[in-house]
Amino acid sequence: MAEVSHEPVNVAGSLRYRLTLTLIGGAAALAILLFVVVRGYATQIAQQGQDSILKASVTSILDAAILRDGVVEVDFPYAALLMLSTDSDDRVFYAIYQDETLLSGYGALPRATTGASGGAAHRTARFDDATIRMATASRTLVGADTRTVITVAVAQTQDAMQVTLARISRNVGLYGLVFFLLSVLLSFWATTTTIRPLQRLTDSITRRGPKDLSPVASPVPVEMASLVASLNRFMARLDTSLRQSEDFIAEAAHRVRTPLATVRSHAEATLQRVDRDENRQALRSMIRAIDESSRAAGQLLDHAMITFRADHLERSEVDLVDLLRDLVLRFAPVAEMKDIELDIDGDARVVVAGDSILLQNGIRNLLDNALKYSPVESRIAIRVTSAPAPTIEIRDQGPGFPKNNMDALIARFSRGDNAKGIIGSGLGLTIANDVALVHGGKLTLSNHPGGGACVIFSL
Amino acid sequence: MRYLFTLIFAFWPLVTGAQDWEDQRFFPGGDEARTLRILSSTDTSFFAPIIERFQLEYPAWSVQYLVTTTSEIDQVFRAAPDAYDIVISSAMDLQLKLVNDGFALELVGMDHPDWAQWRQRLFAFTSEPATIVVNSAAFQGKPIPRTRQEMINALRQQPDLFRGKIGTYDVRQSGLGYLFATQDARASETYWRLMEVMGSLDARLYCCSGQMIDDVASGRLLVAYNVLGSYAAVRRKEDTRFEIILPSDFPTTMMRTGFVSRKTLHPVAAENFIRQMIRIQGAGQDSPISPLPPLGPSPEETNPSVISLEPALLTYLDQLKRRTFIKEWMSAVIQ
Repeated sequence: MAEVSHEPVNVAGSLRYRLTLTLIGGAAALAILLFVVVRGYATQIAQQGQDSILKASVTSILDAAILRDGVVEVDFPYAALLMLSTDSDDRVFYAIYQDETLLSGYGALPRATTGASGGAAHRTARFDDATIRMATASRTLVGADTRTVITVAVAQTQDAMQVTLARISRNVGLYGLVFFLLSVLLSFWATTTTIRPLQRLTDSITRRGPKDLSPVASPVPVEMASLVASLNRFMARLDTSLRQSEDFIAEAAHRVRTPLATVRSHAEATLQRVDRDENRQALRSMIRAIDESSRAAGQLLDHAMITFRADHLERSEVDLVDLLRDLVLRFAPVAEMKDIELDIDGDARVVVAGDSILLQNGIRNLLDNALKYSPVESRIAIRVTSAPAPTIEIRDQGPGFPKNNMDALIARFSRGDNAKGIIGSGLGLTIANDVALVHGGKLTLSNHPGGGACVIFSL
Repeated sequence: MRYLFTLIFAFWPLVTGAQDWEDQRFFPGGDEARTLRILSSTDTSFFAPIIERFQLEYPAWSVQYLVTTTSEIDQVFRAAPDAYDIVISSAMDLQLKLVNDGFALELVGMDHPDWAQWRQRLFAFTSEPATIVVNSAAFQGKPIPRTRQEMINALRQQPDLFRGKIGTYDVRQSGLGYLFATQDARASETYWRLMEVMGSLDARLYCCSGQMIDDVASGRLLVAYNVLGSYAAVRRKEDTRFEIILPSDFPTTMMRTGFVSRKTLHPVAAENFIRQMIRIQGAGQDSPISPLPPLGPSPEETNPSVISLEPALLTYLDQLKRRTFIKEWMSAVIQ
């Protein structure tokens, strides 16, 4: 099977970063907005507070104004100015006017037009190098034969309000910061949560076996539905085309094998009848070539079967020792022809849960290889053990694997440099390896120090 | 010749700077050019120790100490705020108005309790109650009245004894007298009843506490109302002919205050002077240096009758308010 290619993916930007940055940026903007709005609102409230005290002061002074014998008396209460005491010792100014003339107080205080409805008018002004907030109100006094308008203005500096505002700003700033930091945490959390289905999908696809092209079945968010649907369709197409090509190979192999068998039996029959040495020689070469083709076709079939069955493993309890004995028995005629001794030792029973047909196929290919490369009058040692993992070790006394590039031998149609003159398709090790892989095991190739190849098939 | 002397004497103030001070004293220092001019209502003898202490630490500085009445201080200082470096007065209302009107320099980082300062500019450095001073002989064998009500009763019982022999501040002349009177009136109606009784007994009116104490000691007066307790206490140490009564119903207490003129030419020296002054006076107990009473403990804990430094002090300085109050006061006292 071809290795998954690790070509670099064209990456531009990160959804996680983009989402996090957007959320954090939004949170920062909101925090600043919160600060500005709350501070503005607090300023308004604080100003309203000062205004209402100023208005109360104006009202209490205005209320004390009386007309006695045509003379205005304003015996305003101590509380009128007492209520203007602040923690910051704000300066206080006031002025009392009768009509347009100053009766008492600070004449330099800026005049303010009073509210039309007779309510207090508020304004901010500069007076004596300080910013003042002032309230002004008027009242008409009616005497025996006179009417006169008394206007009272009370003003106060804004030191205490500045202190209050500074405190509010500090607190609101702190709240804004906490809000922002919480939002940042929330952004990370939200991003992670949002990205998670994507991560899960990636994991589930990465974890898949090399031949698993089944559609993604686990639920995905609606935004990913079309992506997953496309992916599923794509994989289905891939699966179909893979299946078709495997089917084609199997079909082709099958169709080639049957006529080959016919040709071979004819060739053998002819060999019996032919006496001339050169003709017999040609016929033997022919039969060997037919064998080689037939064997390749068989292996192609095996391989196609493994590819097919890997997706639908039929697991049952299989005793590897039994299985090997059976195979050894089958190979006995070939072995005897070459005077090769096949020994099985190790545990008495090694039971695994696996697909018996696949296991048999894989191990048969290994034994076939061993027999092929073993010299005449040699020994193949088979050792079956159950601990730590069910393992079959097959050692021959042949030339061993070529030293360089041992792992490449497992690849399809790859044969060792020393395989010249030996019938083989290069699929044997691939099949054994695939069988080991679909059972969650692996195939390890090595050379024995004393000579000979050593294959370890572990599950 | 006599005529000429009289003339010269009459115009002397004009020649010397057009201002007749109650008292003035120059405390020479090392450098004649460096002189702090202090405008004050406090008698020189009470304040001299503070000046001398200042000169101990800053020997280069001379101090020109000028004494006049509280209302004069207000007028003189408003007319020439750049001619004086420090203003000391017992009339808290006038002082507060000067600060409110922007005449004072802000002194940053002064370690002074909040209730004893205003706007980091006006600093209180004494707590001095208004007392009743009575002639000891007159009250021999009799219970000494402890409250204003008891005083009213005592006066009513023996009107003939007290007629013409009781005195108080003339609130029209004395800023401090006006402050005491207005605060008394604010505190209790009893004040007006006492004034009516005193008026009916031909009360004598004074400009200053010192003269009232003199007259009570000598027997010209038997009772003087709203006398500065600090002055009386110092005199009482040598003179036992009078008794000091701290009215137990509400002892109106004044705080002497000082500030640095915003137009001072010597802001650092003036600030050092104020700092030194409040350090000497702020110990909470009688200072070994100064005869002035120290700044008392916080009024919230002990004495609620301490006049607070707050803008409401401007109330009775209002022309209309003052006119009304004086009219009422005169109708009570001058009958």
